Amino acid sequence: MALLEVRDLSVVFQRKGEKPFTAVDGVSFDVDPGQTVGLVGESGCGKSVTSLAIMGLLPRRGNRVGGTATFEGTNLLSLSDNQMRERRGRDLGMVFQDPLSSLNPVISIGLQVTEVLQRHRGMKGDAAKRKAAELLDKVGIPDPTRRLSEYPHQLSGGMRQRALIAIALACAPRLLIADEPTTALDVTIQAQILSLLKELVTDTGTALVMITHDLGVVAGLCDEVNVLYGGKIVERAERHALFNHARHPYTHGLLGSIPRLDAPKGEKLVPIKGSVSDNIPWDNGCAFAPRCPNAIDDCRQTMPVLETDGPGQLRCHNPVELADAVREGAR
Amino acid sequence: MTTAESAGTQESTVDTLVSIQDLKVHFPIKRGVVLDRTVGYVYAVDGVTLEVKRGETYGLVGESGCGKTTLGRGLLRLVEPTSGHAWFEDVDLATLKGERLRKMRRRMQMVFQDPLSSLDPRQSVESILVEGMRAHDLDKSKESTRRRLLELLDAVGLPSTSLRKYPHEFSGGQRQRIGIARALTVEPDLIVADEPVSALDVSVQAQVINLLEDLQNEFGLTYLVIAHDLAVVRHISDRVGVMYLGGLVEEATSDALYAEPLHPYTRALLSAVPVPDPEVEDARERILLAGDLPSPANPPTGCRFHTRCPWKQEELCDTDRPELREFRPGHRVACHYAEDILAGRIQPHEVRAELVEEHGISPDMPLVGPASVTEVLE
Repeated sequence: MALLEVRDLSVVFQRKGEKPFTAVDGVSFDVDPGQTVGLVGESGCGKSVTSLAIMGLLPRRGNRVGGTATFEGTNLLSLSDNQMRERRGRDLGMVFQDPLSSLNPVISIGLQVTEVLQRHRGMKGDAAKRKAAELLDKVGIPDPTRRLSEYPHQLSGGMRQRALIAIALACAPRLLIADEPTTALDVTIQAQILSLLKELVTDTGTALVMITHDLGVVAGLCDEVNVLYGGKIVERAERHALFNHARHPYTHGLLGSIPRLDAPKGEKLVPIKGSVSDNIPWDNGCAFAPRCPNAIDDCRQTMPVLETDGPGQLRCHNPVELADAVREGAR
Repeated sequence: MTTAESAGTQESTVDTLVSIQDLKVHFPIKRGVVLDRTVGYVYAVDGVTLEVKRGETYGLVGESGCGKTTLGRGLLRLVEPTSGHAWFEDVDLATLKGERLRKMRRRMQMVFQDPLSSLDPRQSVESILVEGMRAHDLDKSKESTRRRLLELLDAVGLPSTSLRKYPHEFSGGQRQRIGIARALTVEPDLIVADEPVSALDVSVQAQVINLLEDLQNEFGLTYLVIAHDLAVVRHISDRVGVMYLGGLVEEATSDALYAEPLHPYTRALLSAVPVPDPEVEDARERILLAGDLPSPANPPTGCRFHTRCPWKQEELCDTDRPELREFRPGHRVACHYAEDILAGRIQPHEVRAELVEEHGISPDMPLVGPASVTEVLE
């Protein structure tokens, strides 16, 4: 059995006087111990909401969460707030995009790290402090004992993100969810953080769910990649398969849109036409159909389902032909 | 994008549109309410010399805090340069004042990063676009203005119904198109684009990049593109300058820079950019830089990169600031040991991360540099 099994997860935002909005629509995926799973998509595709729903961090009011997220046999979505609080920080860790707004600005870094240790491990005083310093050292913060007494504003962006990772890892969680952990950082710092995450996953066997919009980050880190569009998974594949022959026109389009550092110069980018606002509701067909170069009549009439496609899965009526996909991918 | 000139003929015949000479922009750090003491400076741009040729795209890359945005703004006089010159054709922008400066501004426009905050939410698109034309007396008759606006909307790929709409009615990519159209209304020669695509989603980003390329071909524009994304910069630029802590460390054609980066910082930067290809990613050797960017208020002595440089040597690096010198025609680098690193005579070594103070300046720190702003401005 997988460590985390998400089945048919859906999140509907309901606001008074407004039409309900389905942000996540029947998302299912598995995460095995030691595995890195990527959730990729552009803004508004539901990748962050998925992670918040699994962690039970969505406010109860105004949201309807459906489906199950089974972590070691327990459905996380059915737990009470108190039970969930016990889990978070101990079994489940989370790293957010913006470290400055996720850290408490008026509490020292040391206290924020030891808090987790005290709460979940019952460590006290000096022992907790020593452990905290050890954790900061492990994530590559120089002079950790001094840093313990400092406040978030005294650290640089990269250091803050490291501190946040240290907090998430304090109790050696079996699952770590990282939501765009490097998006706010510069490339050289991003490279440091990514190599740190990679190292931690290999060393501790922690499973990692990586949420990002950057296909480059995914290519170097994830074992399996789920591509989301309009709240649904449209393609799932092992990373080599995904990058070498993307089958869904959306994935294909994304790969064509990114300027590559190693591509021959002078090549024109092939953007996806239109924007997310052109989407049609999934009930009437494929949400991506209005932007899709491969769209056929079927796409505007019946909703495609996620079907097995070779080693991966695909939700498309008229996917990119394998021969074309390979040629494009190998350019 | 291609320049009219091939790489071989970079002599004086090449038409230079912008020439920046030893430009410095220092921001004073003030302390105290009444006395308003200046306790130091942020050396945002500290002596940059570069040239932008007519019709080319010059890309300026660097991490946050390296001074690339300030350089762009200093060139357009949106911030006052502390010293140095910025020639636009034969006019020194750095000394221009009043009406003459305002007139010059017609020829150089800016496209900003965040399209929503750079467009007035209470102005319709028409009013946003006409404003600049009016300021520069290009709004001759109702009929011709309208024709011009429709032409522009068509050029940037927006429907003609957009004129009556307001910025909030558009998506991010469309807003950036409005920002670009606004810059084009006054028929500029130079467009300084500060992170034009970084706020956009990948699929939309590609649309805007292609648009910028098409417009350049159509109107013969010169671009100075400021961005942190190396892949984007390499894609659209003819030549690229890499900045680190207020100075240019390397400059070359974008192909040469990618094929053979000479400066250790450029190497590290290029090796850090993720490539959407698992085979490349797995095979790659990363040069991981230790630590963070030092504070521009208290830059390291000598070569500013020496605190993080894996190739740092005992001599020169921490004492002498390297000049940006011509390594080979068209390829400039600011490194004492560029030849030795290229030839492999110097091997990289481990660097321990040093403490970097985010708010680098403290009141009791010994002051370097002039004691007041007026001294600098003289």
